[in-house]
Amino acid sequence: MGELRVPTMAELAAKGQQPDVLFWVGCAGSFDDRAKKITKALVKILNKCDVNFAVLGAEESCTGDPAKRAGNEFLFQMQAMMNIQVLDGYEIKKIVTACPHCFNTLKNEYPGLGGKYEVIHHTQLIQDLFDSGKLTVEGGTFKGKKITFHDPCYLGRANGVYEAPREILSKLDAELVEMKRCKAKGLCCGAGGAQMFKEAEKGDKEINVERTEEALKTNPNIIATGCPFCNTMMTDGVKNFNKENDVQVLDIAEMIANAADL
Amino acid sequence: MTISNIIFIIVFLGALAFFGFKVKQIIANIKLGKAENRFDRKSERLKTMLRVALGQSKMRARPIAAILHMFIYVAFMITQIELIEIIIDGATGSHRIFQPMLGGLYTFTISLIEVLSLLALVATIAFLSRRNLIKLPRFVKSEMNGWPKLDGNIILYLEFVLVICIFTMNGADEVLHVRSGHESYGFAISSWMGPMFFGGMETTTLIILERVGWWGHIIMVLTFLCYLPFSKHLHIIWAFPNTYFSKLRPMGQFTNMESVTNEVKLMMDPNADPYAVPAVDPDAVPQKFGAKDVEDLSWVNILNAYTCTECGRCTSECPANITGKKLSPRKIMMDVRDRAEEVGAGKRKEGDKFNDGKSLLGDFITEEEIWACTSCNACVQACPVNIDPLEIIMDLRRYLVMEESKMPSELATMNTNIENNQAPWQFSPSDRFKWKDEA
Repeated sequence: MGELRVPTMAELAAKGQQPDVLFWVGCAGSFDDRAKKITKALVKILNKCDVNFAVLGAEESCTGDPAKRAGNEFLFQMQAMMNIQVLDGYEIKKIVTACPHCFNTLKNEYPGLGGKYEVIHHTQLIQDLFDSGKLTVEGGTFKGKKITFHDPCYLGRANGVYEAPREILSKLDAELVEMKRCKAKGLCCGAGGAQMFKEAEKGDKEINVERTEEALKTNPNIIATGCPFCNTMMTDGVKNFNKENDVQVLDIAEMIANAADL
Repeated sequence: MTISNIIFIIVFLGALAFFGFKVKQIIANIKLGKAENRFDRKSERLKTMLRVALGQSKMRARPIAAILHMFIYVAFMITQIELIEIIIDGATGSHRIFQPMLGGLYTFTISLIEVLSLLALVATIAFLSRRNLIKLPRFVKSEMNGWPKLDGNIILYLEFVLVICIFTMNGADEVLHVRSGHESYGFAISSWMGPMFFGGMETTTLIILERVGWWGHIIMVLTFLCYLPFSKHLHIIWAFPNTYFSKLRPMGQFTNMESVTNEVKLMMDPNADPYAVPAVDPDAVPQKFGAKDVEDLSWVNILNAYTCTECGRCTSECPANITGKKLSPRKIMMDVRDRAEEVGAGKRKEGDKFNDGKSLLGDFITEEEIWACTSCNACVQACPVNIDPLEIIMDLRRYLVMEESKMPSELATMNTNIENNQAPWQFSPSDRFKWKDEA
């Protein structure tokens, strides 16, 4: 594995260059050990396909999504306006992110505050790379494996992106099995609405356990996700059923990077 | 004009007036909510209404319920034609006034109504058994105890009696018609079912039966009309404006609060004079962030509440409810409606000074309920008439957090982290790019 090439906006700006797309890493992708692997997998794909991208690096900041969902509109708008100043300062036009929460916030909630960008989810970018022939994979280790895809709420229901992740997975020569509740009817992993950062309210079951149970009913080898928070929740769910040796929870970017031998 | 015509006109106009009076009250209650512009993108709104309300597109998710519901829905719509005739007959003393005018078309229309009525009867029985025998989980949740359960059944009983009245009326009339030397009406069901049930009866009995059916039919319809404003069944009307005014943005897009934007802009403007005295509008009502009571919600939220028919699809898809948490999106809607009724009645009685010391948040909806929400939009997706419980939950959270600083302690920590570290966790912002160099 070669060195990751991850230029920052500041570096490019110093050279008077402009990337085609900004990779918005997000807080989970920057700080969470599990999610960092997804970040790196995506960078490998971007490097492999020679995508002219950059990151904000230390200039990136929380989009404010969890604050907004937790009712703190002040904090959200403070974050949003600071981020918009940074993004506009670099004249960003297009953003890709591996986090559906960042994706939704940047795409839908920033325009009203003056931040207008073309925002895509990393599964959409990967699909574009396949479509344009820049990226090809063979099934590799995934050939013949059973994969079920968990729809992240903020990618699926919230923004209607159901097909891109599935199309990418279909490239892996694997068997894609759907859970009973999928696509528009997909069940949340339990992390949204700032639940990720708090204990669940009193109930008789954890939501991630309910969802993982459903995923396991399809007897998968892999539970695929497209969200770092769903990933954490499903990983914990699999551990809850002591299945961590049988069932992997992987982000689609990781699977593609792996299948492309990156 | 006979005495029965006069009685009919009085009963009919009385019921209509009462219904109008109640609807006016409900509209006033909806207007308790704050202004929100949902008058844009008219053609898109119209299309949404035609697709979702008229075309019932979102019912398809549950095909059996969709078909049964379609029977009752179509029967209800088509029966309105017969109802016009009944009203004219009732007011003028004519008998089946449309028959000579329409001829074969009349036979077809009434036959269609009869077939649909029979299907509606089947659906009614199926619906009653789902509620009372099979006890479908979504109909027996705790918020359905008491009045909501009775309300659901009353509507179905009324429907049942109504259909029986139609067949009694048509069946007895068929026998009388033939007995007086005419040809059979030729209606699809009553022309054979009438003679079967009523063929052996005395003419005088049949005349009474026909009248009982006729009056029973119209009285059921008028009872239904007067009962509607007190019932969850109002969806038959509000579903149309509700879908028309529903959210057209992507589900994940929440509103950006304008009042907050102004404050934040001022805060971030290096040229703003922090000591400047803001322009004071003497009539300005102090702004509240978020919602504590129904008057802090948008009128769309309250319209949503009046449209809710308590079917429980939202609750049955809610991840929090499925896993035993207190949150039920349906209960949120029922609470908003109950509170809007209460505040509306209070204000009509005591004017704007009305204050019963209660509020939506606290007395109806608890904090535990709203903190259980994952904002996943499953409830919004599930609603067949585009109700959005999530918007209300968010506004209640906003009030708690921004007005009362009340939130689970972990969320307070999360907010502090975002403020200080630009991430929900306590990491140093300067470490944000370290992932690149980690193996």
